[in-house]
Amino acid sequence: MKILKASRMERCIGCHGCSLACARLVHKRLSWATAGIRITSAGGLSTGFEARLCLACNPAPCALACPTGAYAQRKGGGVKVNRDLCIRCGNCAAACPVDAIHLDGETGLPYVCIHCGRCVPFCPHACIELADLPDTPDTPDTPDTPEQANPDKTPDAPAPGADADAAREAPHAR
Amino acid sequence: MPASATASRVLHVDLATGASRIIPFEGRPLHLGGSGLAAALYEAYGLPGAPAEDPRQPLIFAIGPLTGYYPLMSKVVCGFRSPYNGQWAESHAGGRLALALRFAGYDALMITGAARTLSCLVVGSRRLEVHDVHYLRGQDVFVTGKYLRRFGKDSSGHRSTVRIGPAGEKGVAFACANVDSFRHFGRLGAGAVMGAKNLKGIVVLGDGGAALPEGKDYPKLFRDIYGAVTGTDMMQKYHDLGTAENLSVLNELKALPWRNLQATTDPAIDGISGERFAEQLLLRQTACAGCPVGCIHIGLLRQQFARDHEFLYKQVSYDYEPIFAQGSMLGLTNASDVLALLDDTEKLGLDCMSAGVALAWATEALERGVITEAETIVPLAFGNVAAYMTGLNHLANGANEFWRTLGRGTPSATDAYGGREFSCVLGQEMAGYATGEVFFVAQALGFRHSHLDSGGYSFDQSVPPREPGTFRTPEEIAADVDKAVAFLADDEQKRIAINCMVACLFSRKAYSMPRLQEALAAIGCRAEADGMPDALRTVQAARWRLKLQTGYRPEEVTIPKRFTEIVTWKGPIDTTYMEALRLAYVDAIRRMADAPAPTAD
Repeated sequence: MKILKASRMERCIGCHGCSLACARLVHKRLSWATAGIRITSAGGLSTGFEARLCLACNPAPCALACPTGAYAQRKGGGVKVNRDLCIRCGNCAAACPVDAIHLDGETGLPYVCIHCGRCVPFCPHACIELADLPDTPDTPDTPDTPEQANPDKTPDAPAPGADADAAREAPHAR
Repeated sequence: MPASATASRVLHVDLATGASRIIPFEGRPLHLGGSGLAAALYEAYGLPGAPAEDPRQPLIFAIGPLTGYYPLMSKVVCGFRSPYNGQWAESHAGGRLALALRFAGYDALMITGAARTLSCLVVGSRRLEVHDVHYLRGQDVFVTGKYLRRFGKDSSGHRSTVRIGPAGEKGVAFACANVDSFRHFGRLGAGAVMGAKNLKGIVVLGDGGAALPEGKDYPKLFRDIYGAVTGTDMMQKYHDLGTAENLSVLNELKALPWRNLQATTDPAIDGISGERFAEQLLLRQTACAGCPVGCIHIGLLRQQFARDHEFLYKQVSYDYEPIFAQGSMLGLTNASDVLALLDDTEKLGLDCMSAGVALAWATEALERGVITEAETIVPLAFGNVAAYMTGLNHLANGANEFWRTLGRGTPSATDAYGGREFSCVLGQEMAGYATGEVFFVAQALGFRHSHLDSGGYSFDQSVPPREPGTFRTPEEIAADVDKAVAFLADDEQKRIAINCMVACLFSRKAYSMPRLQEALAAIGCRAEADGMPDALRTVQAARWRLKLQTGYRPEEVTIPKRFTEIVTWKGPIDTTYMEALRLAYVDAIRRMADAPAPTAD
């Protein structure tokens, strides 16, 4: 089981490529907000950037707070979301201790990282990686529900790789 | 995919009344976006007969149909009447503004009127507020940015802040509007236009989004373009040393202006070369939102402010042009000194190129006795960084009649005090290319009087040097003039295509015209794709027409004597050729402006 980690944010140039890729490939949106990973700067660009994303809690407070079962615990950490069951109450976002869940202003739907790694190849500095969960067997990930992932079958980018692959592929990390 | 098939979505805010409206602005297949959209909006809503400073004049921020959809579609065109020359003008900037406007849902933001008190405009997809920020009167750009970040905290990271410093409030004709931390609408005074509107800042919240087009075309094209800009060496130089790599190159060529263009090369270049900055001061690179290149180079400025090892540090962005204007042009040969000046320039909200070149003229004018210390207050001298720091403050704040005059542009100062012959003015203060006749004519006469209007500097470099002491025959002059003018007009049109989309000009190798047409078609803008060649001619004509209508007289533009006195790697300037080129380019501009008017069909 792997999770997305923003391990090297000190390299981030603020291009928002990760957020745009998630919105584009996972959610079919042109947006930097309706995405599972979002980039913020604390007090202007001179302070650098930080990534808002799911840290793969286990148990996940957002899943515990969801009244309808739209959120379910993901094996090893993080959550799966079935949008068909979501009533847009926002409890998940309120429960998240790290502000990782974005509620879309228009639809009220939650956007949270599903640890699919499709953003990884779009980071030019290899700030983000798909990494093994500590102390968990490296078992193949189970596919997420279509409602959750809505994966684009078009191979829009190289398949997300592990850390070393990502670092090699990152254009500026060569 | 655009919400409307043929209209650009424009948010118009009238600061005088506080009223705002959404305008579905028809004709996108003809105006495209960015540069063309700004010109079309001014044609529809501007006041060509009123002065540039009239607060009713529109201030326009326009993005293009491809903004956000593809890599490096990350810039904004600011269209306005320039307080510097009164004419229709453009300035371009990136940062997060382009994507913030896209996600706020607007192709353009148009602001008219003046607010009753110093104000900040906040716009988002579902927000529009005008806040009284009288308490920010006189505050510098850095302090202003910190306070303006109180607006739209929910969109932290997804908002953009445009603001002015003291220079903009005081109406300095080359006051810039700073975008986020390190980008600017620099030249020709957009900051003073904001000042005239009592508009201290604009916060744009990119808090919305849009559905992407169905089908395979868009994802495939995105992948191809992303691969081209990141998987090849096409953009490598912009990320590595950045544009600062040109300092050594141009110095070697004898084409880098030093000390008010009294020289074109100097062995002291090593102190301010791109390599020196990268090896000793580069902290990191950063990027405009939507661009994976990361060309913005941030240097470390470490300053001792008291005895006993008391230091502070600042982060200052640098590039080729700022280092030329506030380095070699002022005789500074220490990279940290250049960063110190650039930091103050940023804080005051001045355009760094115009301010540096204006200070260089003032320095030589003082040396020659054209002006005295009674005017300059401070003993300006090439290489004296402390004097220049004081000078920048005098310039931004209009410390006396001399500094207020210089703040209207170097030509105003030479009209009042003399010294025009050694003023480095090509329509406005020069850019850093002493490459020869074609660049001098191109900047002097060009639409924005910018090195970005066309590649005149590279044309100069592409022509082999002549035998020492030989000059062109009349026949050779005629042939060379035709070739150069054809290049300038064609290159201008190619750049207009980029400026209508609105891509970063660094990406022009990735975005040929056919590729832009493909990109438009893939997001559903089929009419714009098919009609692009005609639309570009229309936009080119519209921009020149507006510039002429608002006072531009290309026939009256002359090139100061200093530009004829220099020696480059090609030898002395060929003044006969340059004059012939000037006259021919004037004719070409008149012809471009006379192109047939657009038709709605």
